Amino acid sequence: MAENLADTVRPTTGRFALACWGLLFSLYSGVGIALFCASITFIGLIPVWVGIPVLLALFAATRGYADQHRLWATRHLGMPIGRLYKPTPEGWWLAKIRGHLTDKQTWRDLAWLLVNMTVGMFLSLLPITFIAGALWYLILPFLFTVTPPGTFDTNYGLFRVHSTGTAFITYAFALVSLVLFQLLTVPIMRAYGSVNRWLLGPPQSDALARRVEQLTESRADTVDTQAAELRRIERDLHDGAQARLVSLGMSLGMAEELLASNPQAAQNLLAEARESTGLALSELRDLVRGIHPPVLADRGLDGAVRALAMASALPVEVTVDLPGRPPAPVESAMYFAVAETLTNVAKHSGATSAWIRLGYTDGRLGVMVGDDGRGGASAASGGGLHGIERRLSAFDGIVHIASPLGGPTIVTMELPCVLSSVKISPSSETA
Amino acid sequence: MRVVLGEDLALLRDGLIRLLAAHDFEVVEAVDNGPSLLHALIEHKPDVAVVDVRLPPTFTDEGLRAAIGARAQVPGLPVLVLSQYVEQLYARELLSDGQGGVGYLLKDRVANVGQFIDAVRRVADGGTAMDPEVVSQLLARNAGNAPLHQLTPREREVLEQMAEGRSNAAIAGKLFITEKAVSKHTNNIFAKLGLPPSSDDNRRVLAVLAFLNG
Repeated sequence: MAENLADTVRPTTGRFALACWGLLFSLYSGVGIALFCASITFIGLIPVWVGIPVLLALFAATRGYADQHRLWATRHLGMPIGRLYKPTPEGWWLAKIRGHLTDKQTWRDLAWLLVNMTVGMFLSLLPITFIAGALWYLILPFLFTVTPPGTFDTNYGLFRVHSTGTAFITYAFALVSLVLFQLLTVPIMRAYGSVNRWLLGPPQSDALARRVEQLTESRADTVDTQAAELRRIERDLHDGAQARLVSLGMSLGMAEELLASNPQAAQNLLAEARESTGLALSELRDLVRGIHPPVLADRGLDGAVRALAMASALPVEVTVDLPGRPPAPVESAMYFAVAETLTNVAKHSGATSAWIRLGYTDGRLGVMVGDDGRGGASAASGGGLHGIERRLSAFDGIVHIASPLGGPTIVTMELPCVLSSVKISPSSETA
Repeated sequence: MRVVLGEDLALLRDGLIRLLAAHDFEVVEAVDNGPSLLHALIEHKPDVAVVDVRLPPTFTDEGLRAAIGARAQVPGLPVLVLSQYVEQLYARELLSDGQGGVGYLLKDRVANVGQFIDAVRRVADGGTAMDPEVVSQLLARNAGNAPLHQLTPREREVLEQMAEGRSNAAIAGKLFITEKAVSKHTNNIFAKLGLPPSSDDNRRVLAVLAFLNG
């Protein structure tokens, strides 16, 4: 996945919460110990068959356990960890266990369990230790007042702490502890995340291979779609405007011949010719709209989506929050995606109203189209939503459809892109 | 009548100048870009302006912006906007100041010289000229609008003609009925749509368009 190639790491959770999570994970690593020991034991028991079903269950549990760590790193550290297992083969237990045992990631998971219960546990426990240490030194003076003398006496070499008064010296340690907590919590948890990513994430080469596979697929789709578009344009021109111009030429030619002998007939032919130009123009207009709608060029995605909403037979509420303009190809792809979705809404949903939200967050242009119809929409092959999915995949875009039976339907489309600052056209308003 | 023309394609500009001159219009200035258009409109305050939506320098909706900008400074300045395509969004923007004297037509309509000249005159007189395509889009959008369903087919025809900007007399001529019959239909339409009746042709048209633009 692309995110594995990205190096930007940005924790999304505060230090204290991270420290608490760390404590939780260090305790939770106990489960990992159990999984590891059991797995090793039952791998040894494969020859006597009992090992196989138990091992399958253990592997499933290990994957679930690892998934929790992957998800956590994504949510709280902003370090997405990819998940790349070979698909488990269908068939008997033997086939399945073979599939698992030949999957590199299974062994990396086991190695990770080992690392997680040692290095991982140590790292994730550190931040909370700083807090605990600070608290301990802070309450130490008061402990001297409530315990019999000598209980907490400590010799620090240079000085001895043996009473409430001398215990206040330890406030310096509390301070050091707090500073360490402040400075090191994020790097430590990040290191913990990196260790997890190193073993749980797909190796760089696998990630690249997967990416290449995706790109090959989406490129093939794009080429297909484009070729189909060109064929459609060619056919439309051939059957439409070109044919009209031929008939126009004929009408004009005949009118020319008849002009002297039969002016009335010539006039009729000229009127016919004029009508023909009108039809040709209207066909060209429809064609242009399908290639690149003029309103999109004029007003950008914002205005174009509003125009779409206005032209819809349903009342459509539009909310736009775009701090700039996406690149033209992205605008165009998103425009057609929204147009297609709205058409779907009008045709199939039975909705009485719809809404569109257009926004930009975290480097992604997002559009949501919702309606109050009967739901049950899906990206089934051959349907309009499937076409949108294919169109957007060329831009690494995704389509998500939430459409329970009975509605409502919400289609979410996202495209990664960079916005340019809003271009103020050199408008004449200031002239 | 004095006309300012904004059209960047020389072929069309010359054609329009010839066409307008042949019908007793005087083209006082013909410009080929947005900024000069706004300047010319403010300077000449023509009886009517004929403007292409897409003009240099941006080749987007420069002409429309100039027209709207000029009308903001000279309220009611009659402007007829021509375009290769019609967009409801633009029709609404042109109509949004509630003043008459606007037109929005497909360029194709120029071919029907009689109707085109008629539209220019109507806009110059403070009336309205909306392209049939705009009107049919508006009606399609209002398909779910209950009051419209109460109209008889004939009343609907009259409504379409009115939305395009025609006066009662013109509608009578076009539908081959008497002006009295048209006036009866318009009264019925206004009653069914819940609009205040008006004897002024232009005001009636604006009221109908405002209703459809909802």
